[in-house]
Amino acid sequence: MIMKSTQALMECLLEQGVDTVFGYPGGTILNIYDEFERNGYGKKIRHILTTHEQGASHAADGYARATGKVGVCFATSGTGATNLTTGIATAYMDSSPVVFITVNVAEPLVGKDSFQEVDITGITMPITKGNYLVRDASQLVDILREAFAIARSGRPGPVLIDILKNVTYADVGYTPLPVSEHASHGRLAALLHRASHDLKTPEPDHSDIQVLLDMIEHAERPLVLVGGGVIRSRGAVPEFRKFIETLGAPVTSTIMGGGACPGNHPLFTGMIGMHGSHASNLATAECDLLIAVGCRFSDRVTCDPTTFAGQAEIVQIDIDRAEIDKNVKTDHHIVGDARRVLELLNECLKPHDYPAWKEWVFSHTEPPLPHSPDKLAPDEILEAIQAATGGDAIIATDVGQHQMWAAQYYHFSRPGQLITSGGFGTMGFGLGAAMGAKVGVPEKPVVLCTGDGCFRMNCHELSTLEYYGIPVVVVVFNNRTLGMVRQWQTLIYDKRYAQTTLDRGPDFVKLVEAYGLEGARASNREAFEEALRRGLSCGKTFVIDCTIDTDAMVHPMVFGGKPITNFLLD
Amino acid sequence: MKNLERHTLSVLVENAAGVLSQVSRLFSRKGYNIESLAVGTTDDPTVSRITIEVLGDNAMIEQLMNQLRKLFPVYSVQRLSPEKSIRRELVLIKVKAPTPDVRNEIVQIANIFRASIIDVSLFSLTLALIGDEGKDDAMQKLLASFGILELVRTGMIALERGRDTINDDNKEKAEFNYGKNVL
Repeated sequence: MIMKSTQALMECLLEQGVDTVFGYPGGTILNIYDEFERNGYGKKIRHILTTHEQGASHAADGYARATGKVGVCFATSGTGATNLTTGIATAYMDSSPVVFITVNVAEPLVGKDSFQEVDITGITMPITKGNYLVRDASQLVDILREAFAIARSGRPGPVLIDILKNVTYADVGYTPLPVSEHASHGRLAALLHRASHDLKTPEPDHSDIQVLLDMIEHAERPLVLVGGGVIRSRGAVPEFRKFIETLGAPVTSTIMGGGACPGNHPLFTGMIGMHGSHASNLATAECDLLIAVGCRFSDRVTCDPTTFAGQAEIVQIDIDRAEIDKNVKTDHHIVGDARRVLELLNECLKPHDYPAWKEWVFSHTEPPLPHSPDKLAPDEILEAIQAATGGDAIIATDVGQHQMWAAQYYHFSRPGQLITSGGFGTMGFGLGAAMGAKVGVPEKPVVLCTGDGCFRMNCHELSTLEYYGIPVVVVVFNNRTLGMVRQWQTLIYDKRYAQTTLDRGPDFVKLVEAYGLEGARASNREAFEEALRRGLSCGKTFVIDCTIDTDAMVHPMVFGGKPITNFLLD
Repeated sequence: MKNLERHTLSVLVENAAGVLSQVSRLFSRKGYNIESLAVGTTDDPTVSRITIEVLGDNAMIEQLMNQLRKLFPVYSVQRLSPEKSIRRELVLIKVKAPTPDVRNEIVQIANIFRASIIDVSLFSLTLALIGDEGKDDAMQKLLASFGILELVRTGMIALERGRDTINDDNKEKAEFNYGKNVL
């Protein structure tokens, strides 16, 4: 049937099961926004108007990470589009499926430096899995279907569609088509055809699986390293747990792998890398077989790629062939979806046990953090959150010390439970992402762990949380400094604290009140637990300003570029 | 400094706006200087073939090919080893030729190199030469003494020798397509 292209766009979103869009309107995108009112799409798709486009981009990303569905974000041309870029790059680095839709100026104005015109497809080329400039209305429906498929398939990632304004008032033909049939129509069918004939169900090479099984038979000290790939491949987590329990070897995790292995599992050694546990990092150096599943060996994981797992044969399992041997030279690899690879491994894997090896690995424990009566210790905060939520809360974080503490001390037990910017390290990510997570998974409590620096960056989204009544408990680890940078300055720059001291306002509790919400201060465990109880039960966003020691540090720490066992800090 | 060699990559891409910049961006991002780049449509007008020559070591080129294959508009990437491929480039050279004697001499050189004279004026000759870089450089050196007014190269293009083509299926290709699978 013939309809306005903007109506067809809304129909395409409904086809994909989109129930929420985060965004911010502007001149060029008005025709799309008009559909919310004109044809009543606002009743079928909930639009959440954020305070800033960056907040919308993080919210769509947080929604995608928490639900496993594709997040959707709208913005206008020019500044609207450029304000998305940090959010797009954040999603890209952590392989989060988000479709960003922007509208550019009309065809006659393109390339003339028109008002609010920017080449956003050019700008986002390195930070999207794919992007499109829609000049021809007849292609819009096809491109939307392809964009969603690309965002969620294979290694997921963000996709940007920039539509020229004249396209948004054209008429197009639209025929409803269930998502399951998209792959056999239009552009998507052409893409599938040319790439490979059996692209829809690619199968890992069975002989590669057998090679790994043989390697396991010969190994005496195997270690499993799990990354975000197992989280993104949703069906993979049960297979992964079956795999590690049969194998019986210690398991370490990157920050993005948080939730793949339960945090309190007897085989779990904790996080690996720059702030990895002693058990994880020493096991990595000592193991003779490292099985990395869905992990790209980032510099924060390997610290020094040349000495990483120096005694081990390294096996990498990844869906993206370009990750194999990119950062660390491997001895064997299996290309495939983590779920399918683990399923095949589980079919043939015999039960193992490595009592002596495990005993050695788990003999390395962490020294306790210093506690004092008038300040909150980071582990106290996370233990209290763990207890108050029964370990069931979704934890969103910003970036820095609090992020590491959250990853170290909270026990994640399911995928999508830890929402954190691991790859891009985006300060200001947390509040928007927590909002998106809560909208996507309203039945779970959402707690944002943030720092005073990060929170100040994008705290204006409090107004969005207040307006829509989205309850998030915000825990500000307030040490009145950029803690992680200060930690580096303390350890590496002879305590010269250049531009990291944040002895400034605002008073966070008063700020929150100005937004029509409530907050509390806490400087000891009792006060924090009380505030947390209020926060979790008040049904609104609640901010807890926690007094942390300015010199509190993340333990342990390995200096970047040095071998993973060279602890600068125990 | 690492041991850098010249590598020839052949890339089949969708014939669409922006694809060339997407491909060339990968090279600049990694800090590789493109020695030569040639692009044109294939027997299928919807598909273009880009031939790129770049200096690098094996691991760098592997990684580059991996990244290229991830791009959706890229259909196929192949490394063409010098011994198993033929490489050619077209060079146009405009040389000073003010007198009949000089013109004669240049025509003789052109004949030896099987270059063709494609433009003549009273003051200049323009030659077209097809060859690999050895032949091109040799002629360029000879003509330099006459005074080269202008020189332009198309960039190297290359094909595999024998019946094998860039489209052949193999395990490597299947693995790469897995990375961009679409359900």
